[in-house]
Amino acid sequence: MIVRTLPGELKTLALLARAGFRRESTYLMAMLAGLFTNVVFGFIRASILLAAVDSAGGQLVGYTRDTISAYVWLSQGLIGAVMLTGTAEIGERVATGEVAVDFLRPLDVQAAHLATDLGRAAFTLIPRGIPSVLVGALTVGLVLPTTVQPYLLGIVSVLLGVSLSFLTRFAVNLAGFWIVETRGVTSLLAVVQSFLSGLYVPVHRFPGWLGGIAAATPFPSILQAPIDVLSGRVTGPGALLVVAVQLAWVAAVAVLGQVLIRAGRRRLEVQGG
Amino acid sequence: MTGPPPPTAVEVTGLTRTFRRRTGTLLRRTVTDVVAVDDLTFAIRPGEAVGYIGANGAGKSTTIKMLAGILVPTSGRVRTCGLDPVRQRRDLARRIGVVFGQRSQLWWDLPLHESFAILAAIHQLPAAEARARTTTLVAQLEMGDTLVTPVRQLSLGQRMRAEIAAALLHRPELLVLDEPTIGLDVLSKQRLPEFLVAERTQEGTTLLLTTHDMGDVERLCERVLVVDHGRLAYDGSLPGLARTVGARRILVVDLAQPGPDLVGLPGLPQVQHLGSEGGGLRQRLAFDAETTTAATLLAAVSARAEVRDLSIEEPDIEDVVRRIYSATR
Amino acid sequence: MAETSPSRSRPRPRTRLGWATPYVVVAQSRLRAQRTYRTSFVFDLFGSLVVGLAELGEVWVVFHNVKVLGGLDFSAVLLLFGLSNLAFSLGDMVFGHIDNIPEYIRAGTLEAFYLRPQPVLAQLMVSDIQLRRLARSGVAVAALVAGLVVNDIHWGPSTIALLLLTTLSGVAIFGGLFVWAGALQFRLVGGGEVTNSFTYGGSYASAQPASVFPTALKVTFGYLVPVVFTAYLPTLRLLDLPSPSLLPSWLAWLTPVAALWVWGVAALLWRDGTRHYQSGGG
Repeated sequence: MIVRTLPGELKTLALLARAGFRRESTYLMAMLAGLFTNVVFGFIRASILLAAVDSAGGQLVGYTRDTISAYVWLSQGLIGAVMLTGTAEIGERVATGEVAVDFLRPLDVQAAHLATDLGRAAFTLIPRGIPSVLVGALTVGLVLPTTVQPYLLGIVSVLLGVSLSFLTRFAVNLAGFWIVETRGVTSLLAVVQSFLSGLYVPVHRFPGWLGGIAAATPFPSILQAPIDVLSGRVTGPGALLVVAVQLAWVAAVAVLGQVLIRAGRRRLEVQGG
Repeated sequence: MTGPPPPTAVEVTGLTRTFRRRTGTLLRRTVTDVVAVDDLTFAIRPGEAVGYIGANGAGKSTTIKMLAGILVPTSGRVRTCGLDPVRQRRDLARRIGVVFGQRSQLWWDLPLHESFAILAAIHQLPAAEARARTTTLVAQLEMGDTLVTPVRQLSLGQRMRAEIAAALLHRPELLVLDEPTIGLDVLSKQRLPEFLVAERTQEGTTLLLTTHDMGDVERLCERVLVVDHGRLAYDGSLPGLARTVGARRILVVDLAQPGPDLVGLPGLPQVQHLGSEGGGLRQRLAFDAETTTAATLLAAVSARAEVRDLSIEEPDIEDVVRRIYSATR
Repeated sequence: MAETSPSRSRPRPRTRLGWATPYVVVAQSRLRAQRTYRTSFVFDLFGSLVVGLAELGEVWVVFHNVKVLGGLDFSAVLLLFGLSNLAFSLGDMVFGHIDNIPEYIRAGTLEAFYLRPQPVLAQLMVSDIQLRRLARSGVAVAALVAGLVVNDIHWGPSTIALLLLTTLSGVAIFGGLFVWAGALQFRLVGGGEVTNSFTYGGSYASAQPASVFPTALKVTFGYLVPVVFTAYLPTLRLLDLPSPSLLPSWLAWLTPVAALWVWGVAALLWRDGTRHYQSGGG
């Protein structure tokens, strides 16, 4: 119903998002399997990081037992949505040449794929995202903010984080226009992205120089940022700043994606597909 | 294995295979039982060439899989080369060769000759014998120029010949071909049967061929098993099949103008009008090739209406099967 | 009809390597095939190296903030990491492709295995050794060597024996876990990712000081999915450290028993899985 009132292109994007959501819902078994694995990893990570906090005397880089548990379970829950180690569909479409069809459509290729991915990510939150946090809350125990504001801003932050993850994967997959075998580059991205986004350890725990490197990349804004906002680690103006940085990165990588798409399209036209 | 060959190459008794299909969502599940193979009984003697025909989904591939030990029968008994395919799978693998038309058993990214070398090792053929056998097969199937090509770059025709050579490398007693000529070019379709006939004469290999192409059967087989929805509808010789069914060819005429259906042609009561398109512009007439010639029918049609163009269709498998079914009921 | 050719009634001939011939030849062909895609292989090798380094980096970051974790300091953890990662990367190289069963079914590869005179699992094992994982083993060896050097270890024949026993059994344990994963794939339609919880989850757990685990995890990864045997217990033993509750360090000598347990379960699961496949499931 909301969809029908939107102007033309936005409506199409909303429809694509809904299609992405529906498609993902057919993979329910895979989602539940993913949830199980997420939870197992969550338990292991929680034990390590809790022990680390204990070892540091109850407080580690601003994390206490409860807040680090929140970090662990939020990050495990968001893995499905953020999809740090996947490849974007665009990569295959470029490899097979099907992308030519995408260029013929009147919709911006990047926006279209992004909309679909957002729909997909939204669905994953249901069987993977929320249950992960629930399991953590019921077993290990964690603490989450009691006010509404972190959650409202958190939703925006998650949205931006998912978009950023998708856009970086999208941009890297476009390398397929110029390189034949993109698997090496995409898997390299997956590793670097996982590491620098705060999947294994919070970015805040990185030593100075590594933290500096991470800050120069969009990756912390993918996962660490939404977690910080949702868990209430940053509030008020601090939280707004984090979201603003996310927004900036989204814009930057989106522009990069546009540039690459146009260059790729030109190359396709020149080469004859 | 030493000793005399078994009395039957394939022996199947009351063979049945049911599949359980679960459909629907997580909350609303429906379970249906699909009977793919239904109480089949037949025997193939060593050295025979048998065509196993039926429409798609009639249970042919399922039967092959049970013969090879890939699938376990739901009930009934199957013996291939005298062995229980499931319990004695590895012994059986030494004595049969199977080619699945849609799937490749070769090594995709390596040159063809390496596939042969690997298979020779798998069947533990001594080097000299493997070399000699490969050379013979390659020569007979005219594959000399493809040996250094990676398998994934071969054309469908070349690949099919390679698959058959690979299946025959270890001199199996039984060769099973599952839909081998789908998508093959006309020339390959000629050459393969010639090769197979020669091979059988030399080695006495039993041949079981599943297909839904009647042409394949005509070229290669003396005996035909027709299966319909998992049941054996006919077991006998090919000429017998034609007689039972009444091999019908179809004359398709494009008339100069649309007109009424061409029924009740004088002197041709057994000609059946199958359908009209475009208000009678194109009409399809089935006739029994043994009692009427195409020329006679054409003459009768021309007497009734002006024929602009025509073509003739050979009986297709679905038609044959349908008629067997109604004939045996 | 032609006479039966003389070749049919002869006894099975002998080849140079005897029964091992098929496996050796197939494995060799896989290695050759991987090397033909030269640039892709180099890329993969590099990527594998980066993964190894990232995992080491992860450990290092944890210890940047905390000096001791679970009774182990960074040098001890280096040894732990080296042992665990070496066993896993080698196991992954040799057996890692086995959990790909759904792909093999889809491509018809599994059917082809049924048509050949070797056991299906054995064929599966040699069918796709991933050479590129060697780079990760390189990182693991480096960490292991560093760990052995930096720590105060009482060297002797028993130390060497323990190291060898641990590594070999460790590879066997992780290999067996991949067979569990493959076997379970026959029954898990769409839910296959569950197996990552004990293959990759097991690898992750094996590189941690298990003393920090709650009881449930200690029992799971100590005895059910016994990855604690692959690195943590040997580390305690080698460094003469106190054992945590439920996991006495002398168990390190029983790593082969853990491997036998894993492969015993693997055999059962595999038999069940293939039976299910042959009964039309999947």
